[in-house]
Amino acid sequence: MDGLSLVDLSFLGNGPYGLNVQSGECVGLTGRSGVGKTQLLRAVADVIAHKGDCFLNGTSCLAVPPQEWRRMVAMVPAESFWWYDIVGDHFDSNGKHDDPIVLLEKLGFSQDVMSWQISRLSTGERQRLSLVRTLITRPKVLLLDEPTASLDKKMVHVVEGLLAKRCAQDKTACIWVSHDLEQLSRVAERVFRVESDGLALEDTQ
Amino acid sequence: MNVISLSAFDLSLAALLVLMLAFTSFRIGLGLEKRMLISGSRMTIQLLLIGIVLKYLFANANFFFVVFMSFCMLTIAGYEVWARQKRKLRGRTGYLISTGSMLVSSFVVAFLALILMVGVDPWYTPQYAIPLLGMLLGNTMNGVALASDRLTTEIYNQRGMVEQRLLLGDTWQEASGEIRRDCMRTGMIPIINSMAAAGVVSLPGMMTGQILGGSSPLDAVKYQILIMFLIAAGTGFGVVTAIWLISRRLFDERQRLVLDCLLSPKS
Repeated sequence: MDGLSLVDLSFLGNGPYGLNVQSGECVGLTGRSGVGKTQLLRAVADVIAHKGDCFLNGTSCLAVPPQEWRRMVAMVPAESFWWYDIVGDHFDSNGKHDDPIVLLEKLGFSQDVMSWQISRLSTGERQRLSLVRTLITRPKVLLLDEPTASLDKKMVHVVEGLLAKRCAQDKTACIWVSHDLEQLSRVAERVFRVESDGLALEDTQ
Repeated sequence: MNVISLSAFDLSLAALLVLMLAFTSFRIGLGLEKRMLISGSRMTIQLLLIGIVLKYLFANANFFFVVFMSFCMLTIAGYEVWARQKRKLRGRTGYLISTGSMLVSSFVVAFLALILMVGVDPWYTPQYAIPLLGMLLGNTMNGVALASDRLTTEIYNQRGMVEQRLLLGDTWQEASGEIRRDCMRTGMIPIINSMAAAGVVSLPGMMTGQILGGSSPLDAVKYQILIMFLIAAGTGFGVVTAIWLISRRLFDERQRLVLDCLLSPKS
């Protein structure tokens, strides 16, 4: 089985959810606020307790140490957190990851962004930096929670383009959560509405 | 040389000072007078009772009495550490962890000291064992309680950050490492500071007591040095144990942060 599969995934009284996302495919999720879209992504990333299982290319989540699962199935939360004072300290990976400079420039940052103070970042800057922080680790699956919520229109298109290219080139499977159906119809091949007891295919045509 | 025995009148005079303080607290609206009087009375009654118990214990140096007494002291110390935490671990675990850490910080250290350093025969001689254990429990309790309280509070407050690090593929040790180290420092720094201040800024209570009791200052000092080292080691290892045990409980077998094992603080 190629890509990411959710099998009978249930948590916090929601579910069971079933979904297959092929490698290189982007699936959009929408739904009323509070229905549990974020929690669904968190269950897939295995940071909340859940029943059922997720598979990546046929390998069960439970068969992999949790930190490795989260490196392969990486979630970018809507609100990002930073724990050092300086931006660059969060990107110090001893050469294990890609050099973030290329991505940072594409997302409109200048060369000196690495020395910026975290406390001075705007919400939109945090959101873009958080995306870069995850992308440089080259995960096999991307779980994106409202990834462009605090960005201006121009930057929304840049991010959409960048992510589409990444999915196609790296064969990254992607789940994109958004309230914006128009955006989802642009970025995703299929869009589902998250209900508390399952997923319903949304007609975006 | 004999100690000058204090009469009930002498103690009443000292108590009068606290009564005056309570009155002052009432006049300037601090609202502490009730607690002050209750605590003062508790202290008097508890110490008088323990005096009677110790008098009996010293007269009958029975192994089982000493062990029973020690376990009573340990369970109370464990409860104190647990009760001082703002966000406690749910169920019996929290109490067991606190008591276990106090066991490491005090019991093990006191036992080693009695066997290896003091070398009193038999090792459970209550004149040595009980005061030594009491000093260790009382002094390591602060560090362990401080560190434990801070750990649960900090992890709760910084849950977003911890979870973000988990999402980026950190192990639970990496995700909570800075917080855990910070809490261990918080628990250990007071005793490190008081070692540095001993003799210069402060004359520690035990030594003062021994000198008042008629020991030569040099003997008193040697015992104080021993006690200080024991308290430092006990606090350190107790804090490390407590932090390790508590943080293990805060993450489940899939290294998820599980905060529902913490009780919300009573407001």
